[in-house]
Amino acid sequence: MTNSIYVKKKRPGDMVLLVLIYACAFLAVLLLVGIIGYVIYRGLPVINWNFISTAQSALEGTFGILPNIINTLYIIVITLLIATPIGIGSAIYLNEYSKGGRLVRMIEFTTETLSGIPSIIFGLFGMVFFGNFLKLGYSILCGALTLTIMILPIITRTTQEALKTVPESYRSGALGIGATKWYMIRTIILPSAMPGIVTGVILSIGRIVGESAALLFTAGSAYLMPTNWLTHPMSSGGTLTIQMYLSMTKAQYDNAFGIAFVLIVIVLAINLLTKVLSRRLDVNKRD
Amino acid sequence: MNQQTKIHVEHLNLHYGTNHALKDVNMDISEHKITAFIGPSGCGKSTFLKTLNRMNDLIPNVKIDGTVLLDGEDIYSPKVDTTLLRKKIGMVFQQPNPFPMSVYDNIAYGPRIHGIRSKVKLDEIVEKSLRDAAIFDEVKDRLKKSALGLSGGQQQRLCIARALAVEPEVLLMDEPTSALDPISTLKIEELMEELKHKYTVAIVTHNMQQATRIADYTAFFLVGEMIEFGTTEQIFSMPKDQRTEDYITGRFG
Amino acid sequence: MSLHRNADQPVSIIGSHKTKSAIEITANIIFIVCAFVAIVAVLAITIYMIYSGAPALFKVGILDILFGTTWAPTAEDPSFGILYIILTSIIGTTLAILIGVPIALMTAIFLSEVANSKLANIVRPAVELLAGIPSVIYGLLGVLMINPAIYKLEQAIFKDAPNHQFTGGANLLSAVLVLAIMILPTVINISETSLRAVPQQYRSSSLALGASKIQTIFKVTVPAARSGIITGIVLGIGRALGEAMAIVFVCGNSVNLPYPFNSVRTLTTAIVSEMGYAGGLHREVLFTIGLVLFAFIMIINIVLSTILKKGGAKHDK
Repeated sequence: MTNSIYVKKKRPGDMVLLVLIYACAFLAVLLLVGIIGYVIYRGLPVINWNFISTAQSALEGTFGILPNIINTLYIIVITLLIATPIGIGSAIYLNEYSKGGRLVRMIEFTTETLSGIPSIIFGLFGMVFFGNFLKLGYSILCGALTLTIMILPIITRTTQEALKTVPESYRSGALGIGATKWYMIRTIILPSAMPGIVTGVILSIGRIVGESAALLFTAGSAYLMPTNWLTHPMSSGGTLTIQMYLSMTKAQYDNAFGIAFVLIVIVLAINLLTKVLSRRLDVNKRD
Repeated sequence: MNQQTKIHVEHLNLHYGTNHALKDVNMDISEHKITAFIGPSGCGKSTFLKTLNRMNDLIPNVKIDGTVLLDGEDIYSPKVDTTLLRKKIGMVFQQPNPFPMSVYDNIAYGPRIHGIRSKVKLDEIVEKSLRDAAIFDEVKDRLKKSALGLSGGQQQRLCIARALAVEPEVLLMDEPTSALDPISTLKIEELMEELKHKYTVAIVTHNMQQATRIADYTAFFLVGEMIEFGTTEQIFSMPKDQRTEDYITGRFG
Repeated sequence: MSLHRNADQPVSIIGSHKTKSAIEITANIIFIVCAFVAIVAVLAITIYMIYSGAPALFKVGILDILFGTTWAPTAEDPSFGILYIILTSIIGTTLAILIGVPIALMTAIFLSEVANSKLANIVRPAVELLAGIPSVIYGLLGVLMINPAIYKLEQAIFKDAPNHQFTGGANLLSAVLVLAIMILPTVINISETSLRAVPQQYRSSSLALGASKIQTIFKVTVPAARSGIITGIVLGIGRALGEAMAIVFVCGNSVNLPYPFNSVRTLTTAIVSEMGYAGGLHREVLFTIGLVLFAFIMIINIVLSTILKKGGAKHDK
């Protein structure tokens, strides 16, 4: 009965591959759990109120990351203030105004290219261009301008995606009752695309918080409390990641783990926030 | 029926979730004959075809009960290896769907899957399958080129050749000509007449003329029920059921 | 806006057109300017990388820099050969891809073809989170977890080799492991997306020919998703090549030939570790290293856009 369909064929190769597939997926989860678990295990004991509410003091030999938190916030705010309008504007041009062709391909290619350039190159460019040429030196503003270029592709792309989901009928509807194009974009298109744009902004915050190589030679590594809130952007200021890097160069691993813990909390919060937002976006679409 | 029965179907029921899609279907499909399934869209004829090689297994929430015997063996038995079953019962789909590979690799795919490695043997199978599907002369100079460059009709005959290459005993065809032009359709119908000498063919068609042209037996389906089954001549000339008559005379569907 | 014009006034379509068009044109111009920022930025980066990196090439000599094997920038008679640094970046990236890509591809297959939605909903967020973890954290864990483990291996392998320069685990192998982990999310995401884009009918016709599920995955689905998977791999190469902070403490940072248990320096870590104090010609050479890295990345970008163009052309057919 060699012709019977009742003979189960043995496929050892299939079994091996299937086991490998499960093992790799398991490994990915294990890596994440291991990383987060170890950072919490080593970082949580370091965290206390002084750690996050004071500046480090060489005199008293204490360590705190408040200035780094403040510097990180400064960089996030300045970077987003510049990059968000440019990114949205660029996406609006690509999606609503341009009619394809060479120029659009050029813009899309350069946007892709920007997202592929490593942080360290942005760092070098920022140091030479914003730091030396524009004479900003090592300053928070110099770092923020550098990061502006770096996160521009994220904002442009997420906004473009969001604009693409706005139904064509909204556009023809608005234009059909005599609205001008800009009026239509301002009142119909942008509000509909808002959740997508906000997601892009949050993703950018995640990228900025985690960035280090692009900031090392642009924003500098100072860890002093701001003396003047207005002129602070012109002074050198190390973010959380930079302080973590400095702690590692001095082999102060406890401090590094404390900062790593704070960073992981921020990353988890940002991830959760984008999840919630995109879920709400889906709900809106269903209505 | 005095012919040899190839597939015997008894009390077959199929549920998609809460939808009762096939209701107590009974049928004998004869060897070396063409059996056509006709009926309006959504009547369950395609679903029924797919129960014969267990392609419905791939859809979640499908529940099947009843018996389908292939040469006396229950294809829904837990002992069955579905890959062997599908090797014996080949299938051609509504849309021509060659793999994004060369013509040669498309045909050799099945034999390779089933363990044939010898280049000489594969060459032989490829040529024979293409000849059997009446497409060899059209593609013999471009065996190494992508199959996606062929016309729709050629692609469908290529898919038939691909199904033949694993030497099936039964060929299931799910509206194989509905996406094709009349000339390609004619070629495939002629091909089916040839194929029935070697294989048992079951075809789903939305085209009643096609059924009268090629089928030896015809089954009429309506909302999940098999209303009537008989020789094509009998079904189209003197249907026993009023609903069959209404359908073939074009009163609905 | 003109839409809210008082209804009593006679409305001329000619008059209102002018005021509208002023706003329209301004808006249009602003958007074009925004869109041009990306072009200007890429141009400026290219120009400034060449402007800062090229002079040293001529001062030191192109061959002496690119093919010199001695890196002694602060010596009395300084030498600026970066061949070992370039080789380390190439070999390190290659090894990271060789280790990372199979794992990533298998995970992508798991997510797209094998897992039910419950399991996928555990694995997929985990992969997303891996992508979000900052480089410095990978670096910290590399130093404290991977280096000690690799050091044990090193001690075991070289216990009878008196000539071996022990690295304490800070060597190429450790850096490769960190990079392999870091490229996982990129390759997984893009591969999964392209596997999902493979038409369902390819899978059904393979199964209908009697292929098993695993055969279908590896013989039809993966080949059909090839161009997307290659895109993911190329992006992974870019990521591994450009990573600095995660490996600066892990790789040992001495200039050596890229053997697994050698302390090595990559293009990126050379810049990070010396830019802080370098001056004069030394600093200029560091920019040359940046230029070499930039050239690699631009080549990758061009390769990538050709793949994407080809892939797009195929789908149009």
